[in-house]
Amino acid sequence: MSNQTTAVPSKPAARPGALAEFWHYFSMNHGAVLGLVVFALLVLVAIFAPLIAPHAPNEQYRDALLTPPMWWANGTSNFILGTDAVGRDILSRLIFGARYSLFIGVVVVTFALVSGIILGLLAGFFRGWVDTVIMRVMDIILAFPSLLLALVLVAILGPGLFNAMLAIAVVLQPHFARLTRAAVMAEKNREYVVSARVAGAGNIRLMLVTILPNCLAPLIVQATMSFSNAILEAAALGFLGMGAQPPTPEWGTMLAAAREFILRAPWVVTFPGLAILITVLAINLIGDGLRDAFDPKLKRS
Amino acid sequence: MGMAPRPGRHLAIARTMFRYILNKFALIVPTIIGITLAAFAFVRLLPGDPILAMAGERGVSPERYAELLERFGYNRPIWVQYFDYISGVLHGDFGVSLATKRPVLGEFLTLFPATLELATVAMLLAIAIGIPAGIFAAVKRGSWFDQLTMGAALTGYSMPIFWWGLLLIIFFSGTLGWTPVSGRIGLQYFFPPHTGFMLIDSLISGKKGAFSSAVSHLILPAIVLATIPLAVIARQTRSAMLEVLGEDYVRTARAKGLSPRRVIGMHAFRNALIPVVTTIGLQVGTLMAGAILTETIFSWPGIGKWMIDSIGKRDYVVVQSGLLLIALIVMAVNLVVDLLYAVINPRIRVQ
Repeated sequence: MSNQTTAVPSKPAARPGALAEFWHYFSMNHGAVLGLVVFALLVLVAIFAPLIAPHAPNEQYRDALLTPPMWWANGTSNFILGTDAVGRDILSRLIFGARYSLFIGVVVVTFALVSGIILGLLAGFFRGWVDTVIMRVMDIILAFPSLLLALVLVAILGPGLFNAMLAIAVVLQPHFARLTRAAVMAEKNREYVVSARVAGAGNIRLMLVTILPNCLAPLIVQATMSFSNAILEAAALGFLGMGAQPPTPEWGTMLAAAREFILRAPWVVTFPGLAILITVLAINLIGDGLRDAFDPKLKRS
Repeated sequence: MGMAPRPGRHLAIARTMFRYILNKFALIVPTIIGITLAAFAFVRLLPGDPILAMAGERGVSPERYAELLERFGYNRPIWVQYFDYISGVLHGDFGVSLATKRPVLGEFLTLFPATLELATVAMLLAIAIGIPAGIFAAVKRGSWFDQLTMGAALTGYSMPIFWWGLLLIIFFSGTLGWTPVSGRIGLQYFFPPHTGFMLIDSLISGKKGAFSSAVSHLILPAIVLATIPLAVIARQTRSAMLEVLGEDYVRTARAKGLSPRRVIGMHAFRNALIPVVTTIGLQVGTLMAGAILTETIFSWPGIGKWMIDSIGKRDYVVVQSGLLLIALIVMAVNLVVDLLYAVINPRIRVQ
């Protein structure tokens, strides 16, 4: 579903009404708008975490271990979503965790997008052996199940948040390379490219200024989907002990620490996972909306 | 389409098919070589020393160290080690686990049926629910059923399955006490593994309650592993159906007065099936990645858990050969899907 290889020949910002038209189609999709609202709220929560969080994320309240959420018997309004096994406020940790998840998404997508675009441009523009070598390497990366490859890469680099992000970026990057290559090959022989070449544009200018802006639509959709994928994979690595290390309030890492209490204190497991699900769902809703808004085939409805 | 094949036509089709297969293989060989190189290189880059990992807590004397280095060939040039490894692999020798001292291939083959059983049941579940759900959603486009199904599908697609597994354990094993928390079958059941598939073995054994024990162990992990493929299949089926339902020949069939059931079943679905089959094939990699998490949560003794444990133990040889074997399986399945695709969609063979 994510490998749409057709380049959409829409020129953003070319027509004055392009953005308004795009927003018109996007806003017709209620799910996408809902996703955008939730995502905006998450960004605000992440930015203002120190102001919103009732407690410091790593503060341990030794006399309040495994306090249930406030609406349970024994719950207190001091710890709205309860506390974990060492007495830390779960709500505050979740709020600070939003920072990590969004940061992970941004860093991974930036890295994967930039390297994927460069490789895809080179492969699609020059073809020949450059193309063969680059695309074979991409095939090799894609031959391994993504999480397994990320795990082995993290094992090589050493567990930790930064290495986990790097590994996930490497795993996600071939999708961008393939998309860019396909789009470049579709655009390369169009008249506007040929005329730019005749006008004396160099290869770098042709690749970056002439062709790339016309390949953006599928890349933006893919970037959105990769953003949510990155958050999921980072949480999975954290859960397996190979991502962010305790006491970092990363959501997956929180789940790993909560595993042994699942039957005694279900709330320590419930809320971090819910936070991951809501975030990823919001981003995927946005991604679906973007795809439909970009896709001229569906624009009729 | 639909034309009676002329004599001699079969031969032409067989010839294009053959050329297509040869082309696919020509593409796949460099990738396989690349995979072996990657698996070999990754593992050489892992921090730590294989000999020390093998010796464990006790450590080794310098003389013994040198001797082991010599014996396992770790002191020879790296490319000699690589070719050694490859020639071993070609003869079915995937090395010996540093932790258990048993051949890696043997361990893989004993654990693989557990993963295969889990993945097969998960995939059947995903197909059995996903395809009908996708068809109905497309036919009743815009209805509450469509919106509910697609909402559920996107939620499933966004699911952190390791958390989903924990939730199911809390509810079905904790609150309701219906299902066990881990393993493949109750400890009281003992029988020889004829096939390695617990569902079949428990039936063969004829022991009372063995089969239902196996089912109750399998059901939660299978649901967890099925979640993402199910969501993907439902979404893909819906969009493929929508595309086909708008085509001229479907409208013609409707205009001819065929019943909606015939139009949807015979005309639309048959053609929508092509992208759905591809999607199902592409889920095999997803299943392997999902198996790592699912098997960890449910202590399911399969390949995923084996790989995680081996990475934790720094068991070089297992990680290297496990990576290689898993990648080869995924590639083989993708190749089969490609060929199937060419069989059902004649257009692809020609290009």
